[in-house]
Amino acid sequence: MHLLPEGVSTYSGRIDQMFYIILAITGVAFVLTEAALFYFAWRYRHREGVRARYTHGNSRLEVIWTIVPAVLLVFLGLASRTVWSEIKGHIPPTDQEIVVLASQFDWEVRYKGADGQFETADDIVVHNEMHLPVNAPVKIRLRSKDVLHSFFVPAFRLKQDAVPGLTIDVWVQPTKTGEYEIACAELCGFGHGTMRGLLTVMEPEDYQKWLKEQEAGVAPAEAPAA
Amino acid sequence: MSAQHDAHHSPSFVGKYIFSQDHKIIGIQFLFVSLAFMILGGFLAMLVRWQLGFPDREIPLANVLPTAWNPADPAQYNQIFTMHASIMIFLVIIPILTGAFGNFLVPLMIGARDMAFPKLNMLSFWVGLVGGSVIASSFFVEGGTAATGWTAYPPLSADPQYTGVALGQTLWIVGVLLVGTASIMGAVNYITTIVNMRAPGMYFFRMPLSVWALFITAILQLMATPVLASALGMLLFDRTLGTHFFNPAGGGQVLLWQHLFWFYSHPAVYIMILPAMGFVSDILSTFSRKPIFGYKAMVFSIMGIAGLGFIVWGHHMFQSGMNPSLGTAFMISTMVIAVPSAIKTFNWLGTLWGGAIRFTPAMLHAMAFVSTFIIGGLSGIFMASTPVDMFIHDTYFIVAHLHYVLFGGSLFGVFAAINFWYPKMFGRMLNPTINTIHAVLTFIFFNLTFFPMHILGMGGHMRRIYDPTLYEFLKPLQPMNEFISINAFILGGVQILFAANFIFSLFWGKKAERNPWHANSLEWSAASPPPHGNWGEKVPTVYRGPFEYSPPGMTEDYLPQDRPAVGAPTPGRTVMTPARP
Repeated sequence: MHLLPEGVSTYSGRIDQMFYIILAITGVAFVLTEAALFYFAWRYRHREGVRARYTHGNSRLEVIWTIVPAVLLVFLGLASRTVWSEIKGHIPPTDQEIVVLASQFDWEVRYKGADGQFETADDIVVHNEMHLPVNAPVKIRLRSKDVLHSFFVPAFRLKQDAVPGLTIDVWVQPTKTGEYEIACAELCGFGHGTMRGLLTVMEPEDYQKWLKEQEAGVAPAEAPAA
Repeated sequence: MSAQHDAHHSPSFVGKYIFSQDHKIIGIQFLFVSLAFMILGGFLAMLVRWQLGFPDREIPLANVLPTAWNPADPAQYNQIFTMHASIMIFLVIIPILTGAFGNFLVPLMIGARDMAFPKLNMLSFWVGLVGGSVIASSFFVEGGTAATGWTAYPPLSADPQYTGVALGQTLWIVGVLLVGTASIMGAVNYITTIVNMRAPGMYFFRMPLSVWALFITAILQLMATPVLASALGMLLFDRTLGTHFFNPAGGGQVLLWQHLFWFYSHPAVYIMILPAMGFVSDILSTFSRKPIFGYKAMVFSIMGIAGLGFIVWGHHMFQSGMNPSLGTAFMISTMVIAVPSAIKTFNWLGTLWGGAIRFTPAMLHAMAFVSTFIIGGLSGIFMASTPVDMFIHDTYFIVAHLHYVLFGGSLFGVFAAINFWYPKMFGRMLNPTINTIHAVLTFIFFNLTFFPMHILGMGGHMRRIYDPTLYEFLKPLQPMNEFISINAFILGGVQILFAANFIFSLFWGKKAERNPWHANSLEWSAASPPPHGNWGEKVPTVYRGPFEYSPPGMTEDYLPQDRPAVGAPTPGRTVMTPARP
């Protein structure tokens, strides 16, 4: 099925699969219940001389239509939990780390630079853009300078609120090169709708080339964020 | 209070209609004020939809609109949708369901002459009205209204530097505190009245589902609203007294607000749907001429929804940064709460099955409720799944869901209730042709407006953004935004039919009989409208439940609760028993 936009991370397929499973189950429930509603409305319209059926209910039906939804929902809960644990339960080991500092109304994206350390003079800092190598996991450390923001990359199916006072780690492994958009997904002020970023997934060689270009530097890195 | 009371106590016009202690008048006061706020809230939605459908076109009549209502200005856009939602939730849906219908119906349906605390009741209306006025006054202050969503998350809402709005947000907080206080006062009254003042023979399991729903809703209001009050108090102090409840720089926690807010606001959404479910159950039974299917299951489902409603709040916070294990816990409870709602839906279908259905406007809205509630409830299952929620949180998928349950659910329930009880409230009939057209057109254009929002959400369309065309990935969805907006304008226009019918019929509607729908519950034994004290000399005695429609062995197809049985006894506890001492 292709009702959702293209997913280009290692877990986007799992999320989409969960979506489609839920769609299948709720879709069947939707068709059956709405069909019953409209059919009963027509079939049991008042007609001269026909009296309504006098019944207060049916205990067996109550049991059936309690247990069947409960079983289906527990199944959906357990299946979802598996996917959630795959995504949130661990961060894959990687030395690729990026710090994203959200603020009104900017995404500051910081790389370690050649020395492999954050908060040093050779940090690479860019704004409203991110570059990643394809087929490699990256850890993103989300922070906020002022209010709540939310780092949303629809193509990765990645969304995580950036909370002042916390550093929240997420990970992603892109599966396809290309240009994708970043959006803010938590109301953060009048510029909320303009916090757009561009995320470029590159072949590893191109990514290394980009890093070198940044390190050679058009401008020195900004002072590390407070 | 008997007829003698009325003989020596004849209130002035002001005592009878303005500062009334009569539950029926207070209910009507809540109804009129809430309907007025609905017009305002609906208009604000039209502004939002103009901007989203046509972001590059200036809104028509721009020079007539207040300068603060320009949805093309990003800051004002945030204010407009904040006030749209805040008004609809706090000043329309909650007051109509609990303040208007709760007040009007509870004493009548249980056979009481009034509420347990008439003065407290009057106070709850006036406190609520002051609260609504405080919220509305924020349109007129420097900096304008709150701009942080009806959810008011700090730090955005805790410090004016982040929005440029100072007094407006503070007024919002104070106004909501007052409206919440009115809710709590009302809840105390309803619980006390239902527990203590039922007429002889009105056992708990003979009460209409409207009363059960209002009773359990009142318990929700009593227990949840104080938590909102505490959160609002903390936010107010952060803003005005220099505290740091939500400010990490001062040792506070940003997420604390979300936990406290949603601890109330999740039960609040059940406050907003349960009464509507109760009304729909009673209306479906009446116009199918059949008992409600599974009465006890329906009662226990209401209790289940209310109880579980206290342990699901974290599903609003799956992506908030709280511990993912908490996410799993809240996901399980959220999946479970779908079960009692499913049970209710099947029982509504069971009520229609085998019926002799009369398609009055009330019945059409009640059936529309079931249809849209099915969609709203099923769409909730997607967001209950924590991994799927990673994608659809804060997108239009959520906006679709909430409007299906709050508009398709609560508001259609309100339309059904108004159509059903208008004759009892005002002694006049609404024009059924106009309201049939209103019901059908509203259902059609509601679906055309809100169903496509699921598709926007599936495309990743974020909430609360003023110009989707700034994003490449959203450009292909823009024609759908236009489509939605056009249907929204038509939907808004159709409501004029209802408003005109409502007002016109107050003065020129056909006079209503005592029981125009041939219904069984006690309010239909009182006059239309009932006098002060509701019944004459004697309060009714109840002999059976309210769902005895089409019992065998009778020519008529209804048997009111207070009519002594003629001939064969009816099953269960409905055999004629003497009134309890």
